Amino acid sequence: MKIRIEKRLEIPRYAGIIVPVISVAVALLIMGIILLVFFVGRLGNLSSAFRETVEAYKEMLTWPFANRYGLFSTFMRMVPLAFVALGLSFAYRMKIWNIGGEGQLYMGAMVSTWGALFLFKDVKSPLIMIVLLSIVGAAAGAAWALIPALMKAFARTDEIVVTLMLNYVAIFWVDYLVYGPWKDPKGYGFPGTAPFPDQARLPSFFDDEFHIGVFIALAVAVLLQYIYRKTGWGFNSQIVGDNLLAARYSGINVRNYTIIALVVSGAIAGLGGAVQMMGVQHRLQHGFSPGYGYTAIIVAWLAKLNPLAILLVSFLFGGLLVGNDQLQMFYKLPMALISVFQGLVLFCLLGGEAVSKYRLAIVKEVPENE
Amino acid sequence: MNDLPSFVISTLQATVRAGTPLLFAVLGTIFTERSGVMNLGLEGLMLVGAIGGFMASYNTSSLVAAVLVAMLAGAVLGLIHAFFTVTLKINQIVSGLAITMLGTGISGLWGKDYIGVIARRFNPIKIPLLSDIPYIGRIFFEHDMLVYISFVLVPVMWFVIYKTRAGMTLRAVGESPDAADAKGINVFAVRYLFTILGASITAIGGAYLSLAYNSMWIENMTAGRGWIAIALVLFATWDPFKALIGAYLFGGITALGLRLQAIGAHISPDFLKMLPYLLTIAVLFFTSTDALKRKVGAPASLGVPYSREERT
Repeated sequence: MKIRIEKRLEIPRYAGIIVPVISVAVALLIMGIILLVFFVGRLGNLSSAFRETVEAYKEMLTWPFANRYGLFSTFMRMVPLAFVALGLSFAYRMKIWNIGGEGQLYMGAMVSTWGALFLFKDVKSPLIMIVLLSIVGAAAGAAWALIPALMKAFARTDEIVVTLMLNYVAIFWVDYLVYGPWKDPKGYGFPGTAPFPDQARLPSFFDDEFHIGVFIALAVAVLLQYIYRKTGWGFNSQIVGDNLLAARYSGINVRNYTIIALVVSGAIAGLGGAVQMMGVQHRLQHGFSPGYGYTAIIVAWLAKLNPLAILLVSFLFGGLLVGNDQLQMFYKLPMALISVFQGLVLFCLLGGEAVSKYRLAIVKEVPENE
Repeated sequence: MNDLPSFVISTLQATVRAGTPLLFAVLGTIFTERSGVMNLGLEGLMLVGAIGGFMASYNTSSLVAAVLVAMLAGAVLGLIHAFFTVTLKINQIVSGLAITMLGTGISGLWGKDYIGVIARRFNPIKIPLLSDIPYIGRIFFEHDMLVYISFVLVPVMWFVIYKTRAGMTLRAVGESPDAADAKGINVFAVRYLFTILGASITAIGGAYLSLAYNSMWIENMTAGRGWIAIALVLFATWDPFKALIGAYLFGGITALGLRLQAIGAHISPDFLKMLPYLLTIAVLFFTSTDALKRKVGAPASLGVPYSREERT
C-alpha cells in the first residue's frame, strides 16, 4: 500500500464552504505569527508578547460583533464593501476584471454630493431627494466604468490596468474639489464639502448609528441573486465567463455583454458611493474610503461571487476593519496590518482551491507478475 | 521662465530621475513575462524594495547592502508568486493582486518605525568627460549610481534576451512551453528563476524611490507606479530599449507636471497629478488589439500556467 496524490475528478460540494473557512483560519494563524514577531520586537520577550498577541486577537475578533457600538460600526463598514463587491461580482462572473471599484465608489460619492449640495438643492422631499441622489450616484459609477467597457469592447484594451488607473484619477478629482471649489468655507480649512441638508440623509435609527443602507444592499443582493439564477442574462453571462468561444458560437453578443457587465458593475459601486454619502459621511471628504474598493475584491472572491454570500462576507470583513481600527487605537498597530491580512486571505484561499483539486489516494500495489 | 534652455535641461534631467524607478520595474517585468508568467504585483514588489532598501541603508549605512536587501525582499515575493502560479497553477491575475496587497501591507508594517527618519542615500556622481558634453552631460551624466546601473542594464538585458542561449531558453519557455519541455528544458525551473529575478529587479525601482528620488520612506510611496509599469511593458512590447523610451516618456510627464507647479502655472496640482494615469490609459488603448500584440510579439503563453498533464 502506498499513498499518492491524484487529481479529483469532481470537486465535492462541501469544498465551497470548507475551503474559504480554512483559508481565513490559516490567514489568521499566519497573521498571528506576524503579530507575535511584532510584539516580540516591541516588548522584548516571548511570553509577554504571546499574551499580548492573544489579547489583541481577542479584542479584534470579539469587539466588532459582541457589543452594541462595535456591531453598529461593523454594519456601517459592511455597506460600502457589500455594494462594491456586489458590483464586482457582476463583472467577475464573466471574467472581466474590474479593479476600479474604488474609483466608481468615489465617482458615485462625488456626483451625489454635487446633487445634494448644488443640483437638487431646492428639492425638499427626502424621498425624492434620496431617489435622485441614488440615481445620479449610480449613473456616475456607470459612466466611470463605461470608459474601460468601451475600450475593452471595441479595442480589446485590457480592463485591469485601465480600471485601476481610473481609481487614481477619481481620487485626485475628488481631492481637487474638496480642497478647491467645493471646500466648505465654514470648515476651518478642513478638506471637505459643506454637510448634506437633512433631506439628503438616509433615515437612520439607534442614535444615527444604523442607517437603511443595509436594506438597500440587501435588496440589490436579492435582485442580483434572481438575475444570476433565473434570467437569460444570468445564464448567458455564466457561459461567457466559463467559455468565451462557446458563448460566441451560441450566438451571444459578447461585445454587448462586456459593456453591460462593466457598466452595471460600476453603477452598483456608484450607488454604494451615494449611499455612503447619504448614510454615513454626510459630506464629501478627502480619502473617505480606506480602500473599500480593494477589500471588496477579496470579499467577492471569498463569497464565490454569490450575492447573498457577499452580504455575509462583507459583514465579516466589515467586522475585521472595525477590529483593525481597535488594534490601531489600543495596541498602536499600523493600519497596514489589514492589507497584510487581506493578501494572506487571498493567497490561502487560492492555495486552498488549488489543493482541493487533488486528493490523497491509497493505492494497493499490484503484484508484478499478475 | 526667463531662462528657457536651463528650464528645459533641468526638466529633462528630472525626467531621467522620475523615469528610473519605472525603468527598473519595466525591465524586471519584461524578464518575468518573457517566461510566460504574468505578475501584476509590481506595486507590492516596489514597495517592499523601497522599505527593504531603506531599512538596510538606515541600519548598515551601506548602499550596496541596501540594494541587495531590496532585491532579496522582491525575490521573496517573486518566489511566492512563482509558487502559486507555476506550481499550484492558480489564476495569475488574482495572485498578482494578492502580491500587491501583501507587499503594501508588509511595507507599511515594517515602515512604521522609519517614517521621518533619514538614511544614507544615493548622491549624484558626475561622470568625468561625459558630464562635460554640452546639454547631454547635464541631462544624463550627473545622476546617482542606480541611474547609471539602469543605463547599463538596458543593453545587457537586450543582449541576454536576444543573443544568448539563456535568452533563447527564456523565450522558448514563454512562447511554447510544450516545445521547450520536449527539448529537455525544465519549464518550471526557468519560470521560477525569471519570476524571482524579475521581481528583484523590479524591487530596485522601489529602492530608487526611497534612497534617491524621495530619499525617505513614505507609506505607499509608489503611488501607482507599479501599475503604470505594467502598462509600459505592453508599450515596450517586451523590448528593453523601448522600455527605456516608455519609462522616460512617463518620467517626462511627471517631471513636467512638477515643474509647472513649481513655476506657478495656473493649473490645479491635482489635475497635473492625474496626467501619468491618463497617459497610461491612452498608451494601453493605442497598444491594445490582439493583432497588434501578435505582431509585436507578446509571449504566446503569457498568463497560461503550464501543466504537463494537459499537454497538447
